[in-house]
Amino acid sequence: MSSVLIAPFTEFSFMSRSLVGMLLLCLSTAPVGVFLMLRRLSLTGDAMSHAILPGAAIGFMFAGLSVTAMTIGGFIAGSLVVVLSGLTARQTDTGEDSSLAAFYLTSLAIGVMIISMSGSSVDLMNVLFGSALALDNAALILLYIICALTLITLTIIYRPLVLESVDPDFLKSISPMGSLAHYGFLILVVLNLVSGFHAMGTLMSVGLMILPSAIARFWVKSLEVMIVSAISIAFAACVSGLLLSFHFSVPTSPTIISVLGGSYFLSIFIGWRKGVLIKLIQRRQRHLTA
Amino acid sequence: MLSFQNLTLGYDRHPAVHHLSATIETGDFVALVGPNGAGKSTLMKAILGHIEPMEGRIELGDLNRDDIAYLPQASRVDRSFPLTVFQFAASGLWQTRGLIQRVNRADRQRVTDALSRVGLHGFEHRTLDALSGGQFQRLLFARKLVQNGRLLLLDEPFSGVDEQTTEDLMAVLQAQHRQGATIVAVIHNINLVRRYFPTSLLLSRELIAFGKTDEVLTTHHLNRASTIGFGDHVHADICQVSES
Repeated sequence: MSSVLIAPFTEFSFMSRSLVGMLLLCLSTAPVGVFLMLRRLSLTGDAMSHAILPGAAIGFMFAGLSVTAMTIGGFIAGSLVVVLSGLTARQTDTGEDSSLAAFYLTSLAIGVMIISMSGSSVDLMNVLFGSALALDNAALILLYIICALTLITLTIIYRPLVLESVDPDFLKSISPMGSLAHYGFLILVVLNLVSGFHAMGTLMSVGLMILPSAIARFWVKSLEVMIVSAISIAFAACVSGLLLSFHFSVPTSPTIISVLGGSYFLSIFIGWRKGVLIKLIQRRQRHLTA
Repeated sequence: MLSFQNLTLGYDRHPAVHHLSATIETGDFVALVGPNGAGKSTLMKAILGHIEPMEGRIELGDLNRDDIAYLPQASRVDRSFPLTVFQFAASGLWQTRGLIQRVNRADRQRVTDALSRVGLHGFEHRTLDALSGGQFQRLLFARKLVQNGRLLLLDEPFSGVDEQTTEDLMAVLQAQHRQGATIVAVIHNINLVRRYFPTSLLLSRELIAFGKTDEVLTTHHLNRASTIGFGDHVHADICQVSES
């Protein structure tokens, strides 16, 4: 048993490196995902993960597969789309969903164009689906820095972020921090998507952000427990994804997201708090007592 | 302590409240009455400093922002967010605890006491989505108690709430008033105003009447309020901001 579950991580350094990388990624991306979901921005996160592409591609064009260059590029592109779509929506009163869609689609198109003009399709696959089993030192350091930055920032903006999600009018009446918390949070989303794409790829990194919290919501009721569960679920999925891809030679990040997708599907039915079955049982009990 | 001087408020250069002048004294217990679209919520936002006057001024005397406790409309709160009753009420500690300061034992006691006073003892660990409309309104009042403000602004605190809850919460409000708080509440139910509020401000995009409730809520005044409220709303932009 241990030869199947533990040996791969102790015997192969690329496996232990990915394990550390994934742990760092889960620690920061899952809490961000919880707030993203609770603020009903799950699909915004998805859109933003696409917006990162041209920045990463430009970084790639200038410096090859350099973690730093692609990260800085991705971060600039993502932040630019967030700021531009936010400003457009506020200044023109046209709604943030349409402006975000317009900007991220343009950004994505430019990204695909740059990549297909400058590199081979193998590179494109690398950017889109990541390379979880080839995390070098630079990538690990980056994951570590972003993880620390995220946890510190989240601690500072935790209260205004929660209040801005639940009761924005009240927060506005006691503090001007609402929009600061909102934009600070969106920057965290971009940062985590950027850190995610080295391991997971741009397309899959948002999955590791959103799915664990979506699963946790079916099982637990308080915010704190939801955050801790989301981190644990994300990490468990990463471990099983790494093992499956090691033993069966399937691509890592799609495997991780598929594991999460399967768990989500199961949770719909058997989730302890919001699952379909528990709802049926509760309804039945109510009928019996009534 | 709260005075409006020739106050004109609006959005996109369309005035919603015209040339309002009135002074609410410390310790007043005022109902803000008027038809839909009369500018009541706009006036609340202006007092809170969320919108700038187009003309005129609002003077808060010796009050600053932290002295104002605001009770938002219940419908504007996302009750599916996984917070407990205790955590929600504790958000009233913001003025003393701010961003990251620890909530200490005395703070916890204050929140627990506030919850007991509105009849939510034993509900501390329930989540917001498990509360009925009336229970949630009680929770909003508990948070307002925790805030311990000197000027209380309440936006429709009794809409969609049953009679028992209204009576309980009104008693809480009256107790705060006796302790010296100034109260301004948007109320739709005229009978409720007549029964509990000594002072009324009748607004219909301009001041119709302000003073003792019996003298303000006359048939004549109410008729005038509803005529203006519905009448030339579409012509709101005709008003010359600088005319008087």
